[in-house]
Amino acid sequence: MPVLARWIEAAGISTVVVTMMPAIAEERRAPRIVGVEFPFGHAFGMPGDKLMQRRVLELALRVLAGAAAFGTRVDVDIEWPVPLRDAYKAWQPKEPSPIVRKLLTISRPTISEASP
Amino acid sequence: MIVDSYRFLPRSFRPLYEGRGPFAGEEAAVWAPFEKRLAASRIALLTSAGLYLESSQPAFDTEREKGEPEWGDPSWRSIPANADRAEIGVAHLHIDDSDIRSDPEIALPARLLDQLVAERVVGSATPEHLSVMGYQDRSLEVWREKTAPELVARLRDQQADGLVLAPA
Repeated sequence: MPVLARWIEAAGISTVVVTMMPAIAEERRAPRIVGVEFPFGHAFGMPGDKLMQRRVLELALRVLAGAAAFGTRVDVDIEWPVPLRDAYKAWQPKEPSPIVRKLLTISRPTISEASP
Repeated sequence: MIVDSYRFLPRSFRPLYEGRGPFAGEEAAVWAPFEKRLAASRIALLTSAGLYLESSQPAFDTEREKGEPEWGDPSWRSIPANADRAEIGVAHLHIDDSDIRSDPEIALPARLLDQLVAERVVGSATPEHLSVMGYQDRSLEVWREKTAPELVARLRDQQADGLVLAPA
């Protein structure tokens, strides 16, 4: 997704990436980044929590419109309101994804990139 | 407060992401200045959660991915900003999708964006938003040659000034 943001930005459309992995978005050189410490599949927050979703989207829009320079990163200061052990399990699919299943069955991983 | 990018990631996955640096040829800064006021701008959303319209669009191809685990469907879908949430399906094998199904706004906050338009925080929203499936080959050739140019063309058609992208 950071690379997609780069290509769209290069075409002249400003972008911001809202991501659970802002350190990776920085490594991949995304132009504007908003970090969230949320489980995968929950970029804008808890289902039904309009206030949390709004805080994330408003910050993303502020960074989109107001960042002064390439590589600007601002993280959202919201703690996920579910105990880590439960949240860690809850986001993962009930069956392992095909690539994870494959990695579990071979001894030397050959995967180049996995992206939840 | 600095986000821990690995808080929810299984420990064994961390080396797949960390310290790999930019993709080849993607090292340089790219920058499109956001020149308008937000209240005079048109904003689009893009999710990589694999959303699609169950009644009128094919799902992302998870069957092929099951047979070719390194492959991810590089196609995209256009999601009308006013789509009924009951119509929205999810095709993504790397996350539990039950929360997105119960509230698609956590992946694609189209109604919330409309609310910000109504409050004049944002000028307007594009009539359609965009959806892809975020698990992709590292080579990204089809994405570079086909998917990304098509997404850019659609964003231009919709006169988007800015795009908020969110991975699953």
